[in-house]
Amino acid sequence: MNAVTETTNVVTPAAKTNENIEEFSVIGALFLTFFKIGLFTFGGGYAMIPLIENICVEKKKWITHEEMMDITVIAESTPGPIAINLATYVGYKQKKTVGALFATLGMVLPSFCIIYIISRFLDNFLEITWVASAFRGIKIAVALLIVDAAFKMFKKMKKKPFPLVIMLLSLVAMMIIDMLALRISSIVIMLMAALIGLVAFLASGNNRKESVKQ
Amino acid sequence: MIYLDLLIGFLEVGLFSFGGGYAAIPLIRDVVLSHGWMDDATLSHMIAVSESTPGPMMVNLATYVGSERGGILGALIATTAVVLPAFLFILIITALLKKFVKNKYFQAVLSGMKPSIVGIIFATGVFMAMQNCFWKIEAGFDAAAIALTLLLGILYFGSRKVMEKGLTPIQLICISAGIGVLVYGI
Repeated sequence: MNAVTETTNVVTPAAKTNENIEEFSVIGALFLTFFKIGLFTFGGGYAMIPLIENICVEKKKWITHEEMMDITVIAESTPGPIAINLATYVGYKQKKTVGALFATLGMVLPSFCIIYIISRFLDNFLEITWVASAFRGIKIAVALLIVDAAFKMFKKMKKKPFPLVIMLLSLVAMMIIDMLALRISSIVIMLMAALIGLVAFLASGNNRKESVKQ
Repeated sequence: MIYLDLLIGFLEVGLFSFGGGYAAIPLIRDVVLSHGWMDDATLSHMIAVSESTPGPMMVNLATYVGSERGGILGALIATTAVVLPAFLFILIITALLKKFVKNKYFQAVLSGMKPSIVGIIFATGVFMAMQNCFWKIEAGFDAAAIALTLLLGILYFGSRKVMEKGLTPIQLICISAGIGVLVYGI
């Protein structure tokens, strides 16, 4: 890994072949770096932020600290895995679309291989009695983890009447859907909430900036 | 057609999961329950496995469901579908629309959507806990599950008062597995 980046630093921009080598080695370094991050971080996107910061900002200097902050905010406002958002951004900054592609691929590949292998044998594994017992316990922990994730997001939320009412309405709506086993996707609730957000913003007059400064 | 269902289902998940891994759980639950692919117990196993293996949780969950339903091709399709919206969003935003995220209408939409997602995740977690304790059991409730929910809840949330950082999710999963074996037998 280090050898790869050293070669990128000594390259003279004039030489065409060297440029190509540089191109490949940066793309290779992006792939390998995000492969390592994907392979060694447990706990998903937020657990990866400090590691990505350490490698991409401090060690490799691929992006600045300010860019890292900006992209974290953007990642929170765009859908999808936060780790993917970060990898795509860093890759794009270095080598445009190709860089973005390889950084993202590096991030996804370890998960993909590990989970694919597990999914092939977990069903058989679950037929063993003590494993099934263990998973009956785990099922209870998972429900708690989901509630905890919601708690953590709730703590970061602005405690103003508007978001609180939206949250409560969504909670009740989702509970009713679950209890009655209705075939309504949670996306319907989210889209309604989005519409309410937009209408409330328009009704309050769009020149009043404080209504959107969340 | 299973591959098309996986593609559309996980594109939806990738497109609406604002706020990372756990925001995707209600969405993935919608997809697997509405197609009759899995029940809540299997979903719990998947979440535990995804939380205990490295990498982004949403990618793990997509690969898992895809592989269960459609083998290696299914896994590839579901994983690509869940990643694609995030990838394209960032590409478009950094290449063309640097100010899009600050756009006031987009922010207004988010101001409704974000608290809604918190409510939906809350409801999903609470519902799954209730299902563990009260559902589909002749007696009406499962005393052992209720006791375990309380015990693990006190342990997990209480650990933050005692230890500096509290138990990690992986530690909680390991403890619950151990207790599960003790309670439900070998």
